[in-house]
Amino acid sequence: MSAVLPEVRVAPPPIAAPPSGDPPTMDDLLRGLWAENPVLVQMLGLCPTLAVTNSVANSLAMGIATLAVLVCSSFLVSSLKRFIPTEVRIASYVLIIATFVTLADMSLEAVVPNVHKALGAFIALIVVNCMILGRAEAFASKHGPARAVLDALGMGIGFSMVLILLGAIRELLGNGTLLGVRMFSMNFEPWVIMVLPPGGFLTLGLVLLAVAYARDRRTSGAAARRAA
Amino acid sequence: MTGDLVWILVSAMLVNNFTLTLFLGLCPFFGVTSQVTTALRLGLANIFVLLLTAISAWFLNRYILPAAPFLRIISFIIVIASTVQVVEMAIKKASPVLFRALGIYLPLITTNCAILGLAIFQTNRGYGFLQGISFAIGAGLGLTLALTLMASIRVRVDRSNVPALARGMAIVLIIASSLSLAFMGFAGLGSSS
Repeated sequence: MSAVLPEVRVAPPPIAAPPSGDPPTMDDLLRGLWAENPVLVQMLGLCPTLAVTNSVANSLAMGIATLAVLVCSSFLVSSLKRFIPTEVRIASYVLIIATFVTLADMSLEAVVPNVHKALGAFIALIVVNCMILGRAEAFASKHGPARAVLDALGMGIGFSMVLILLGAIRELLGNGTLLGVRMFSMNFEPWVIMVLPPGGFLTLGLVLLAVAYARDRRTSGAAARRAA
Repeated sequence: MTGDLVWILVSAMLVNNFTLTLFLGLCPFFGVTSQVTTALRLGLANIFVLLLTAISAWFLNRYILPAAPFLRIISFIIVIASTVQVVEMAIKKASPVLFRALGIYLPLITTNCAILGLAIFQTNRGYGFLQGISFAIGAGLGLTLALTLMASIRVRVDRSNVPALARGMAIVLIIASSLSLAFMGFAGLGSSS
C-alpha cells in the first residue's frame, strides 16, 4: 500500500470496501468500555441500570444476561443484514433480541432461581433495553459479524462494569454489605435510601459527576501540556 | 369493583409511578424532557400506546398464550411493535412537526420499557380487561406527569447557574432523585386498604 501512496493523491478515491470486508480492530472492543460507554456516555439502557443495581449480585446477573443477549443478537443481526428488508428491520431486530431474552430468562430461572426472582420483570425487559436495539441499528446492521461481536462484547462489558460499580456503591452504603458480606462494624447505620429508587438516580448522578471531573482533568491537562 | 379500578389507576399513577419508582420509561424521561410541550405530547402518545398494549396483552393472555406460555415475551413485543409502527405512521402523516420534534425517540417507543413492562405486570398480577385499561391509563398519566414535571424543572435549570461539571445529565439525574424522593411520599397511600 505504501508503494502506491504517492499516486493515490491524483487518483479518484477508491471505492469504499464493502462493510463486511473491513477488518475488526481493537477499537471496536475498547470503545464501549470508556470512550463510548453505553451508560456513562450514551445514556442508553438506563432502566435496568437503575432498577436492578441495589445489590452487586443482581447487577452481576443482569450484566451477564445483557452481555449474552447483546453478543448473540448482534451476531445474528449482522449475519442476516442482507435478508432483512429495511421497512421491517426494527421489528426483525426486536424479534431476534426477544428470542435470546427468552433463552436467558429460562436459563436464569433454571440455574439461579432466587436471582431470577429478585430481578423479576427486568429480565424480560432486556428486550427493550435501548442499548441492544441501538447497537443492532447503529452498528451490527452496517458491519460484518466479527466486528459486530467485538463491538457487542465491548459495549456489554462496559455496561456490566457500570452496573457492578453502581451495585457496589448502593449495596455498601444502603446495606453495609458487599455481595452479602458485612463490611462495617455493627455501629454502621445503613443509608436505606441508597437501595431505594431515589438512591439509584442519585448514585448514577454522582458517578456521572465523577466521570465529568475525570474527563475535565484529562483535557485540561492535555491543554496545559500543549501550552507549555 | 369501581373502587378497585380507581385504586389500580391511582396506584399506577402515583404510588408505583412507572418512571420514578419502577424505573420504566427512562429513555424518554431523560431524552425528550427539554421542552414542556414535547414532553406533554410524548406523554399523550404513550397513554395511547399503553392503552393499545393493555388491550392486546389481555387478548393474547386470554386466547393465545395459555397454549404456548414460552412465547410470551416474543408475542408481546411483536404485537406491541406493530401497534407502535401504526401509531408512528399515523403521526408522521397527521403531524410532521410533531414527528420531527420527537425525533429518534418515536421509533424507540417500541423499546420503551414502560410499554412492555405494563404488559408483563398486567400478566403477573392477573388483571382482567377493565383492570388492564385502568392500569394503562394510570401508568400513562403517571408517565405524562413525570415527563411534564421533569420538563418544567429542566426549563428552569437551563436558565440557572449550574456548575460546569454537572451540566447535562448529572444535574438531571440528581433532580430525578429528589423527584423520586417526593413520590416516595405516596408510598403510605392505600397501605391500609
